[in-house]
Amino acid sequence: MSTEESSAQTGGAPAGGADAANATKAVRAFDPPFLHLSTPPHIRSNLTVSKIMLAVIAAMVPALAASVVFFGVEAALLPILVCIVAAVATECVANLILRKGQTTGDFSAVVTGMLVAFNLPPALPLWMAALGSVFAIAVAKMVFGGLGCNFINPALAGRAFLVASYPAPMTSYPPTLYGSVNGLAVKAATATDTLSNAVSSATSAHISTPAVADSVTGAAAAAADSLADTAALAASKLAAAASSVADTVSAAAASAASAIDAVSSATPLYVIKHVFAMNAYRPNDFSPALKDLFFGNVGGCIGETSALALLIGGIFLMLIRAIDFRVPFAYIFTVFTLFWLANGTGAFFTVESLITPTFHILAGGLFLGAFFMATDPVTSPITPLGRLLFGIGCGALTFTIRKYGGYPEGVSFSILLMNLVAPLIDRCTRPKIYGEVKKHG
Amino acid sequence: MGCPLSKKFTFRGGVHPPHCKSQTEHSRIEEFPAPDVAVIPLSQHLGAPATALVEKGDRVLLGQAIGELGGNVSAAVHASVAGTVLSVRPFAHPSGRLVKAVQIENDGTDEAVPFEPVEDTWREAARGELVNKITECGIVGMGGAGFPTHVKLLPPSRKPIDTVIINGTECEPYLTDDHRIMVERVEDILTGAQIIKKILGARDVFFAIEDNKQEAINIVSNKTVGSRYNDIKVATLKSKYPQGGEKVLIMALTGRQVPAGGGLPMDVGCVVQNVSTALAVFEAVTQGIPLYKRVVTVTGAGVRSPKNLMVRIGTPARALLNACGVDVGGAKKIIMGGPMMGLALSDLDVPIIKTTSALLSLTESTEAVRKYPCVNCGICLKVCPLRLIPSRMAKFVEKGNFDDAVKWNLMECTECGTCAYACPAKINLVQFFRMGKNKVLAGRAAEKKKAVPIKQGAT
Repeated sequence: MSTEESSAQTGGAPAGGADAANATKAVRAFDPPFLHLSTPPHIRSNLTVSKIMLAVIAAMVPALAASVVFFGVEAALLPILVCIVAAVATECVANLILRKGQTTGDFSAVVTGMLVAFNLPPALPLWMAALGSVFAIAVAKMVFGGLGCNFINPALAGRAFLVASYPAPMTSYPPTLYGSVNGLAVKAATATDTLSNAVSSATSAHISTPAVADSVTGAAAAAADSLADTAALAASKLAAAASSVADTVSAAAASAASAIDAVSSATPLYVIKHVFAMNAYRPNDFSPALKDLFFGNVGGCIGETSALALLIGGIFLMLIRAIDFRVPFAYIFTVFTLFWLANGTGAFFTVESLITPTFHILAGGLFLGAFFMATDPVTSPITPLGRLLFGIGCGALTFTIRKYGGYPEGVSFSILLMNLVAPLIDRCTRPKIYGEVKKHG
Repeated sequence: MGCPLSKKFTFRGGVHPPHCKSQTEHSRIEEFPAPDVAVIPLSQHLGAPATALVEKGDRVLLGQAIGELGGNVSAAVHASVAGTVLSVRPFAHPSGRLVKAVQIENDGTDEAVPFEPVEDTWREAARGELVNKITECGIVGMGGAGFPTHVKLLPPSRKPIDTVIINGTECEPYLTDDHRIMVERVEDILTGAQIIKKILGARDVFFAIEDNKQEAINIVSNKTVGSRYNDIKVATLKSKYPQGGEKVLIMALTGRQVPAGGGLPMDVGCVVQNVSTALAVFEAVTQGIPLYKRVVTVTGAGVRSPKNLMVRIGTPARALLNACGVDVGGAKKIIMGGPMMGLALSDLDVPIIKTTSALLSLTESTEAVRKYPCVNCGICLKVCPLRLIPSRMAKFVEKGNFDDAVKWNLMECTECGTCAYACPAKINLVQFFRMGKNKVLAGRAAEKKKAVPIKQGAT
């Protein structure tokens, strides 16, 4: 029955799938006297998936350059290259195993590889970086059928896998080449070197809380003498935070752990979160850090360091319409708005009230996530309204995790969670079609 | 009042394929010699095929009716040459199917039946008389769909028409047949438009032209300003595909939307007629000439002498291709119609029919095999003039999930090809839609068949 129908089918409409396949065969065998048959249209635009992917790669170049500038060739460029190679190789092998045609020519594996690396701390062991890439491609992408079939962002899946498997290395961020650990206690560490020494000795020896606090305070104090006010202010802030940890002796062990973390992996978001938690938060203390956050002289993942570089790439992609402006706009706007509402000053229309939200949109992986990962079309809704909602959802989740969750950063989990509801969003946001408005009865 | 409207109209979505019109846009329409043997299909329109009025061996005259209406929605068919009927049997049709046609051997005399215009001048003639003449002359929509014109001109009385749109947009690349008749026969078209207006009792007549045809815009505008055609407003539209689609054009010019779910332009008080159709209406009403010839653009890559030709219906495509120096061996595809919606020909001996606007030779082919998967980029959705979600519909069809495809408005698709043109994954979307629609229609037909005997049994 069904075969009958399908044969009638191809008879009715010229050139079914089989016809198309035959056409290529015929071309090889008999070209030129034979004519091609196909359904219209008979002309196509020049845009291809490969070109879109190449555009995305091009858009990531500024961020890549920034990462090399701030973390160096060995800590940034090497993991990026390793991740790309691992991603492409994994896709190649997966295609061989699955007996599918090679798909690496669409460059999507290169994009995924780059994004995996962008989401790793600099100087992560290279085998770990490669493993992340392998997981991203093999498990998050190829298992589900390759490009276009994955339901979560492969790069973020790779990152989530690594965070779950190797929490310690995945959350220890080395300083930038210019001495930043966290954008706050910026130059203190490099200037005196005491801080990092103290920390590493503290970490290895598991010494008691007051000792950590003391050495940190000492380092900060030393730095404060010799350095510019930005660094000094920030350093003393950190010192204050650390000593207040020390003061709460009751939770000595737990506090010790967090105090150590605060230094060894103090991303700007970590600092702000804990300072906030200790009721020692004053937005003005953080305003000097905004410049570093914007240009990228802060600790963090390889690709997320420079908001400026990411912004350049994102604007490029929006201008050529490779990504929908709705997603990043809604995402960043939501994070900004929610942190503005919870800005910690109690006021809403002061310059001070804008510091917290600005800090939060510049810090961490928000720009990277908003421009390069939430916009992944495969795992985000296709409808315009859906994309807006998707961005808002990502923003709300990021805010929730950063403000109330256990992690200082929530971008990757937010996007992964929203990936899961993307099909549902699509279903609920089907746009009104032409002529639907006046349809009745 | 009659004047070019200063506003430039457009719609949301669409694509900008290269125009490719320069090869023929300045070529005057040339009369193409009548074929030795004409094959005139009885179905050149939407609706029921015409019923043959002649048999093998009959002698027919030029312009003689050889097929009469086979139903309410149908059209008459006329001989395009004088001569002897060789056979009445199925012949290859541009659509790829075999369709019953009348094969006439041309005796070269071009002896014609007397062409009788309406008795009074058209201004005084009754509406019914005008419509009858149009029906008699077998006029159908010549823009591509071939909807019988008389049906459009007889809307039920509860659906008054206030707006007539004369469609000179010609948004398909390569085509210049409409452009040339606008340039060469503007007054006849304008009169045709006024006849249509009179029949429908419409208030407004828009003459829609895309802005890549400035010559036509100037000519039509000059003719309408301060003349007896001053009730016709020239509306310039941005060049964008598919600007000339009926639904798109209505939306762009009037802001109205034809209801989804099988609505017709008449539901929103509009009737759209192609310029060629308006010209045919003019000829039928004022001169009594039936539709037995039309202008065909022969162009494309590798065409030595691209031309606009006035061709008898029933002329084999091959004759035109040869006359214009088309290197068929070097061509990848020969298209009847425009590159966006035209039909790829497998048989070059198929006849030119009432809806054939062009013959194209393309030296590049589209991807036959899918090269990339859908990456959900949403470009198809952005360009779709009807705001459908082509990628989703195609996925449902691909998986055989026709119910969901219909829920996502598969049946609304007009197969304009805009999404497939723009798709970066080069997915043959239109093919999926045609397949899906055919399946759904076949399923519905089967259900009806099943339903009937049950009903009879119950009563």
